[in-house]
Amino acid sequence: MTELRKRGGGGGDPDTADNISDKEAESDDRLGLPGDGEGEGDVDSKTDAPDVPVSTADTDNTPECLNKALKGLPPRWKNYWIRGLLSICMISGFFLIIYMGPITLIFVVMCVQIKCFHEIITIGYRVYRSYELPWFRTLSWYFLICVNYFFYGETVADYFGALVRREVPLQFLARYHRFISFTLYLAGFCMFVLSLVKKHYRLQFYMFAWTHVTLLIVVTQSHLVIQNLFEGMIWFIVPISIVICNDIMAYLFGFFFGRTPLIKLSPKKTWEGFIGGFFPTVVFGFLLAYLLSQFQYFVCPVEFNSDTNRFMVECEPSDLFVLQEYTLPAAVQSTLRWKTVTLYPFQIHSIFLSSFASIIGPFGGFFASGFKRAFKIKDFANTIPGHGGIMDRFDCQYLMATFTHVYIGSFVR
Amino acid sequence: MTEVRHRGAKDGEPPLEQQPSEDKGSDSELKAEKDAVSDNESKVDSGVPEVPVSADDTPEVLNKALSGLSSRWKNWWVRGILTLAMISFFFIIIYLGPMVLMMIVLCVQIKCFQEIITIGYSVYHSYDLPWFRTLSWYFLLCVNYFFYGETVTDYFFTLVQREEPLRILSKYHRFISFALYLTGFCMFVLSLVKKHYRLQFYMFGWTHVTLLIVVTQSHLIIHNLFEGMIWFIVPISCVICNDIMAYMFGFFFGRTPLIKLSPKKTWEGFIGGLFSTIVFGIMLSYVMAGVRYFVCPVEFNNDSNSFQVDCEPSDLFQLQDYTLPGVLESVTGWTTVRLYPFQIHSIALSSFASIVGPFGGFFASGFKRAFKIKDFANTIPGHGGIMDRFDCQYLMATFVNVYIASFIRGPNPSKVIQQLLALRPDQQLYIFHSLKAHLTEKGLLPAVEAAA
Repeated sequence: MTELRKRGGGGGDPDTADNISDKEAESDDRLGLPGDGEGEGDVDSKTDAPDVPVSTADTDNTPECLNKALKGLPPRWKNYWIRGLLSICMISGFFLIIYMGPITLIFVVMCVQIKCFHEIITIGYRVYRSYELPWFRTLSWYFLICVNYFFYGETVADYFGALVRREVPLQFLARYHRFISFTLYLAGFCMFVLSLVKKHYRLQFYMFAWTHVTLLIVVTQSHLVIQNLFEGMIWFIVPISIVICNDIMAYLFGFFFGRTPLIKLSPKKTWEGFIGGFFPTVVFGFLLAYLLSQFQYFVCPVEFNSDTNRFMVECEPSDLFVLQEYTLPAAVQSTLRWKTVTLYPFQIHSIFLSSFASIIGPFGGFFASGFKRAFKIKDFANTIPGHGGIMDRFDCQYLMATFTHVYIGSFVR
Repeated sequence: MTEVRHRGAKDGEPPLEQQPSEDKGSDSELKAEKDAVSDNESKVDSGVPEVPVSADDTPEVLNKALSGLSSRWKNWWVRGILTLAMISFFFIIIYLGPMVLMMIVLCVQIKCFQEIITIGYSVYHSYDLPWFRTLSWYFLLCVNYFFYGETVTDYFFTLVQREEPLRILSKYHRFISFALYLTGFCMFVLSLVKKHYRLQFYMFGWTHVTLLIVVTQSHLIIHNLFEGMIWFIVPISCVICNDIMAYMFGFFFGRTPLIKLSPKKTWEGFIGGLFSTIVFGIMLSYVMAGVRYFVCPVEFNNDSNSFQVDCEPSDLFQLQDYTLPGVLESVTGWTTVRLYPFQIHSIALSSFASIVGPFGGFFASGFKRAFKIKDFANTIPGHGGIMDRFDCQYLMATFVNVYIASFIRGPNPSKVIQQLLALRPDQQLYIFHSLKAHLTEKGLLPAVEAAA
């Protein structure tokens, strides 16, 4: 989360604050990597001898048309307008793909995953200046394909059971799936060992480890997102929306009321933003859960109909999505003068999801901030004008996806 | 695998032989490195300090006994004696049973983790980073808790259902594990110190990759063990045999270098090791497949509260007649041969151990060269650390597990029943009716008219 959450009337220009925090990120790790001295300057500042070579991530990527439309405004307001417009664009994009159905969603998740992987690996290349290492780019993508094959194979065998039983080649692939995946991975492993070049052992091992940690973070969690999706689209939409809402609400509260800094790692996050983000998010989650629980399209598990060869979302909604009466505890009864209240049980679950998103979700953002300070980059990439790369937008989502999956496994299913 | 495999009668060896026995500090390590590896490697980043490996660790008693011999022979004697000691130890723990084996696997895992993490600390000079040692061990505990919890829930199902606290822990197992891991994650984020971000992220990444390698695979070993001790013993023995045989063949006949990464490995050793390991595997399987103690899945007996290894051996372990193909018939003069089917599987296992297993060793060699260390640690005199001995085993453990899952194991009926019993009554009725219809259709159940 790279939004600027001002400290009210405290700080000055956000850009200056960024510069200061970059310089504070100097580390004295004695790795022998040359040029670890200065922090990388901001876009506007001079970049004479950067240690991490400047990538396209730090140059302005705003489309020409936007630039023209906003020419008149001072740069600060221009930045806000761009961010605002892009936020609305992204949210509309989100609604559109929900409308288009599960297959599109899976496809989009996969694209996001590939782009995130690409962004992180590119940072690794720049940090280690290992772009010319023999084989390494090929190997990283090969490992990505292997791990995806393994995970998607496991899912397909589960959810598409009838289809798999019908087609003989699919049957063979499903029966020996683990063996085939392992063999593919081993081939990559052996290629890595054979590609070790005398002067570059350490670099190659670093890139190997970097690739594997990235795979661990990005691929496993994108996969959990898809498993959540198959439980019912509501388990995909509500957590993501809650995280987005928390982002926006914390930003706004921080903007208007922010005063006490939250954590040294992100000096622009404030306690006011943190707490102010928590309550609206819980309310928003509650209302959104109420809204979505009424529709079969969102609530039913996604199933593959073997006859029509399509996905269908039709079922008898489970107890979780049937209105129930709850007796209010006495204290609340006296204040509200209602005896009972009719809720979907899912709304109560949504309170837990919202709490997690507000309290623990930001740690994912702090982790990403720490990562960016450690490697002296401003954004992961510059894919989205005003916001940075895809990873910048999705860093909080990952913890949420795992939590939702574990939550479903433990309390719902 | 840090054994020295000679290239026949070449010159550069004698100085190399004497180095290991005299290493008393990092200087000799550096010299040995220089001789073993081409020069440029060590000159490239001299700014990177060496990882100090502790001095010669041979027990006094051995030193005295061998004081008469020249240092070269002394090294071989030390290695030979330690090899015999390790193999005897292996037999002893097999005799002691599955529980002891699990404990040993756990201890080996912890020691390997500690060795690799210590190397990371030395490489990054990060020994004084706040919290980091605590966090690494905490993550090790979390991941172990997760994996062992999953195993315990599977294998000790009835015991778990009986004890109330265990039942709760098992029902919410994933949630508890995730919460524990998250706590560690948040502690990491909160412990980030301004000047050391990069270092801390490196150590975080290092810890996680180590966990991925060490913990998941030690866990697969335990899964293999539960299938039957033979699935634990035969793969490990095949790898050990391949090590020793390749060493011997390389010693006596080695001439053509195998890979630049380990200049002392030779093609002769590689191929010689392959054939002898296959033969060894076949013979060992024959010996073991007849003994019930090795062949039966390890089960936990709820009544006696102990492990038992008693069952009717599966088809895999019953002698069967195989008709030899025509070629072999004419050569050996036999028409059929009696084998355990497991012996045929053992050929696949031995081939993997000989052909792909060494890549694990090359990986470890590359790792050691990359970080300029001679051995992972100095736990075993003459051999190095625990990781040095186990580097080839890891790939083997994963392969055996995948092999069993793909080619041997069918779905486990008792597991299916467990899952069935955990469902809601209406779901159980639905399954019962579907199953009944299915079996009636197949003719396995007499067609009974349901009372109207």
